[in-house]
Amino acid sequence: MEIPYIADERPDTGLTNVKLGIWLFLASEVMLFGALFSSYVLLRLMAPEWPVGADVLNVPMGTFNTAVLIGSSVTMVFAYASLKMDDLAGFKKFMAMTIGLSLVFMVVKGFEYSHEFDIGNFPSTSTYLAIYFTMTGLHALHIIGGVIVNAYFLGPGSKMWETNKTQFTNRIEAAGLYWHFVDLVWIFLFPVLYLL
Amino acid sequence: MSDDVHHHIQIYKKVAMALGVLTVVTVAVSYIDLTVPLAVTLALIIAATKGSLVVSFFMHLIEEKKVVPLSKWGVGTILATLVVTVVFFLVLIFIPIFGHADRVGEYFTLPNANAPTATQGATHDAH
Repeated sequence: MEIPYIADERPDTGLTNVKLGIWLFLASEVMLFGALFSSYVLLRLMAPEWPVGADVLNVPMGTFNTAVLIGSSVTMVFAYASLKMDDLAGFKKFMAMTIGLSLVFMVVKGFEYSHEFDIGNFPSTSTYLAIYFTMTGLHALHIIGGVIVNAYFLGPGSKMWETNKTQFTNRIEAAGLYWHFVDLVWIFLFPVLYLL
Repeated sequence: MSDDVHHHIQIYKKVAMALGVLTVVTVAVSYIDLTVPLAVTLALIIAATKGSLVVSFFMHLIEEKKVVPLSKWGVGTILATLVVTVVFFLVLIFIPIFGHADRVGEYFTLPNANAPTATQGATHDAH
């Protein structure tokens, strides 16, 4: 049985099921990260002392990673725009760049984590570090998930372009929406954890 | 269709530049010696601006306005979903803030309420 409304819009929602599905998923993700931001506010308000993020973490590395992730969001919209212009080669180029930038982000994050561990900063060290590792760790898991999905669409998944261009483009749009959300979460995580 | 995409690409480039500039601004502002409430407010305003740029243009929310039978208030399905999400998100964020600000049930007394005041002391001296 074929799944309905994956290429055409459903009349009552005005959306393909792909798009409605990914937006509902992202709404649930807002609540997941929202709960963690709420915990952060609670922990910080109740803490007798709270370090300035810049005294503990490496702000230049964080800034660099912010730029890298925003860059990956930009290449992701270009990948989608390439498909809209019927340009599979362009899509592959920009998708490869997106995955490359995601991996750069993970490598930099890995350096940051290992530096923290080297100087004895663990999640158990302080409340601040506990929430820092929890939030950035969950965000990193989202990056890994996105890299796996994007790599699939760059590789074997792109065969769908031959058979159903609209459905493939819709899939990339959904993958893009997820990726921009991951970028969006970092846009808030960076000042909250590194700068304030 | 192609013209439409080219128009979008121009917008993506501008948004990318704006995001880059705002990232530099948010880091620069953090080096200024501000009070904590002001620093938090500024950082959140900049982050919210960047976030709304991403959601509006990269996630195309600004174009998701199609009115359909499901959307009774004249907003699209996605926007309606997000409005509900934002309400619950704000509830989540404000629960700890209200909890922290809540002082009901705490017993307050003025410092040294029963101690003689300066004026009383002066009157006693005059006698």
